[in-house]
Amino acid sequence: MISRQTSQKIAFTLLTLAAFVVVVPIVLVVGYIVVQGAGAISWEFLTAMPREGMREGGILPAVVGTVVLTFGTAIVAMPIGIGAAIYLAEYARDTWLTRLIRLAIINLAGIPSVVYGLFGLGLFVLFLNFGTSILAGSLTLGLLTLPVVISTAEGAILSVPQSFRVVSISLGGTRWQTIRHQVLPHALPGIITGVILGLERAAGETAPILFTVAAFYLPRLPHSILDQTMALPYHLYVISTQVPGMPVEVQFGTALVLLILVLSFNVIATIIRSHFRRLRQW
Amino acid sequence: MTEQAKFLIENLTFYYDSGPPALRNINLTIYPHEILVIFGPALSGKSTLLRLLNRLNDLVYDTRMEGRILLDGEDIYAPGVNVTELRRQVGMVFALPIPLPTTIRGNVTYGPRLAGERNRARLDELTEQSLRAAALWDEVKDRLDEPANALSGGQQQRLCLARVLALQPEVILLDNPTSGLDPLSTAKVEASLQTLKRDYTIVMVPHSVQQAARIADRAAFLLSGELIEHNIAAELFTRPQDKRTEDYITGRFG
Amino acid sequence: MTEDRRNEQQRHPWGEFFIESAIKTCGFSAIIFVVLIFSFLFREGAPAFWSVSPSNLFGTRWYPTFGLYGTLPLILGSLLVTVGAVIIALPLGVATAIFVGEVAPHWLREVLKPLIEVLAGIPSVVLGFLGMVALSPLVRQYLHMPTGLTAFTGAVLLAYMSLPTIVSVAEDAIDAVPKEYRDAAYALGATHWQTIWRVVLPAAKSGVIVAVMLGIGRAIGETMTVMMVTGNAARMPLEWNALFMPVRTMTATIAAEMGEVAQGSTHYHVLFAVGIILFVITFIINAVASLVIIRGGPKRGGRLLG
Ligand SMILES: Nc1ncnc2c1ncn2[C@@H]1O[C@H](COP(=O)(O)OP(=O)(O)OP(=O)(O)O)[C@@H](O)[C@H]1O
Ligand SMILES: [Mg+2]
Repeated sequence: MISRQTSQKIAFTLLTLAAFVVVVPIVLVVGYIVVQGAGAISWEFLTAMPREGMREGGILPAVVGTVVLTFGTAIVAMPIGIGAAIYLAEYARDTWLTRLIRLAIINLAGIPSVVYGLFGLGLFVLFLNFGTSILAGSLTLGLLTLPVVISTAEGAILSVPQSFRVVSISLGGTRWQTIRHQVLPHALPGIITGVILGLERAAGETAPILFTVAAFYLPRLPHSILDQTMALPYHLYVISTQVPGMPVEVQFGTALVLLILVLSFNVIATIIRSHFRRLRQW
Repeated sequence: MTEQAKFLIENLTFYYDSGPPALRNINLTIYPHEILVIFGPALSGKSTLLRLLNRLNDLVYDTRMEGRILLDGEDIYAPGVNVTELRRQVGMVFALPIPLPTTIRGNVTYGPRLAGERNRARLDELTEQSLRAAALWDEVKDRLDEPANALSGGQQQRLCLARVLALQPEVILLDNPTSGLDPLSTAKVEASLQTLKRDYTIVMVPHSVQQAARIADRAAFLLSGELIEHNIAAELFTRPQDKRTEDYITGRFG
Repeated sequence: MTEDRRNEQQRHPWGEFFIESAIKTCGFSAIIFVVLIFSFLFREGAPAFWSVSPSNLFGTRWYPTFGLYGTLPLILGSLLVTVGAVIIALPLGVATAIFVGEVAPHWLREVLKPLIEVLAGIPSVVLGFLGMVALSPLVRQYLHMPTGLTAFTGAVLLAYMSLPTIVSVAEDAIDAVPKEYRDAAYALGATHWQTIWRVVLPAAKSGVIVAVMLGIGRAIGETMTVMMVTGNAARMPLEWNALFMPVRTMTATIAAEMGEVAQGSTHYHVLFAVGIILFVITFIINAVASLVIIRGGPKRGGRLLG
């Protein structure tokens, strides 16, 4: 019979071990990419067109493509997502319809990204005839990002103290005035954080852009939103699986640039969050 | 008491979504330029009655109301009534001071700005007037653009009063406004109410029977949603007509 | 004066009406999008169900060039990788959640949580790339396999990808256990671990189940990683050691082949049909999980007083 103290000791050791098994590979992965990829990164790598079947030159069009797509995603997901969050937090009553909306949001969040790709292909590329384009890709990524934006924005809106709303309404504010002047300004940091986290995910996605926007090799910058473009995640996929004789250094360099880009969203979100938490006046 | 009624409450019964009515068959007249105190034990329906007077209970879903409430002879629950305008006419101060997270000036001018007042000079004038009337001007006149929650609790509650006064209301509802205040701040608020009743009609839920007796012109005693009796304060607190009123008053007086 | 003040029009009644209608439309949009997504999958995928015989479509051989569209190997491939991932991720994830939520000192928690957030942020294509260049050689070498691109390699990576979801949802569930429960257990003289094991975990059970289901949902829908590390052999994974052989999942099949098919061809429709299968599976998983979430979720919607 093991004593209770001993069994606690064993259990906690195992828990600690598990946490380290989870966390150590994360550090290793990031560290490995940084070490292997840092050598490839140079001014030319970031600002030049790819050459020699992507084996030389830079990754500028992929970087620009990803940045453009991220903006496009924000333009699609932000208004709809914030609007939906306002509706759910401020207007919706607890009815079957509201439950249905919540069910739909959770399911949107769970739909595989490749299925979003199929949908984007079916609706935007083919049915609406946008072709393989930044427009189609942004719409697809925007939809994919929507659930994240909605749920974080709703959380931010709900965290604004209820008393501010009651006071505003008792002072003759209409519902919208109250939202506009008392709710949104205070929820804004949280909402922005949510949008950024959504964009973080969108920027790193490959499957949804495969059939909607991504170009295998297009060494120029896009001209319009109806243009195709290269994008970093797809570019990494291409150079690590489709191009024989690809220098490993270029692969790691591309992976590192993508990782930095995506994780910088994370850092920005964290900074915004903690900055505004300090400024908060209640 | 020959004056015309400000508020006329007729056969008012009110239900929240479930359970017994929160208010039962209330008949009450509120006269202009008086302080009416509505008192009674916890959960007797005081706040409910107050919130019905500026339709703040509209924010609660699944309620049902019978009877009528007339303000200056007009049914405030009639279809087509401009509710936001009603809330400006009938302002409300809550139990705890709730400054909006902005400056002192921003708090006072919030209502007028929502109503569309853009004129800077007019807003400044309103700010000064309202803060003076709430006996706060001298304490804050040099720091109008500082955050409101830097004020003390008592100052905050007077700011909330000033914020309501800036709406230029006709009626002021106060739901236990001194509950969180120290005796000194309480005295200040009570004193300003005495001055304010010259220009406004005041309906207040008091913190205690003592406070009710101190400031009321007329008083109404609520018990479990029923209006047991109402009368001129001097009468009601010295010669209550109903046994239950007497028990409540004397119970509190010891 | 009272009269005309009360009847005065609100400032911008039309602006307000317009904006509130827009907000309402956004609110309903989620339903519209789910319906839209399903209709377009159905529109493009349904022809597969009448142009390919059921015995072919649910057969065991996937050779589109020869008109063989058996989706069974793909479905089983997805299942194998997903189950493998969950078996790895479930104990690790729940244990990590307990560690972070109950055992770790404050400073360690502040280190662990952002690290796990970083993991959630790493794009799947980056993990897939690392799986190819770093993990699969290890698998080949240490398990003495002819190739390191196996279902197992995919399962390991998928496990890590679903860990952030599992950890954060499970941690929320553990956090939500009322303090009184713990206090009662301590009062009876239970150790910290006994309290966790006998009181906290059982109380958090439904939340943990949701965590696992959402993790499964993530794993089964993951595309790039799987496509890059599982070897993509469309074979029935039925041998005892199938986990250590190459497989091909539904997601990888769509991603790899959609770019090369002619629009409107049978192959094209079948790939959409595979999309429908994926959609339905994840829909069911998430619907069940969300019923649990919504039941305990925010009730307040729109209620302002009391
Ligand atoms: N928003 C609400 N929803 C449902 N029921 C409510 C709501 N507000 C009040 N009630 C109920 O109505 C009854 C009267 O409550 P009310 O708040 O008006 O009492 P009160 O006299 O103001 O009490 P207190 O002295 O505690 O402030 C109570 O039974 C209360 O539970
Ligand atoms: Mg009350």
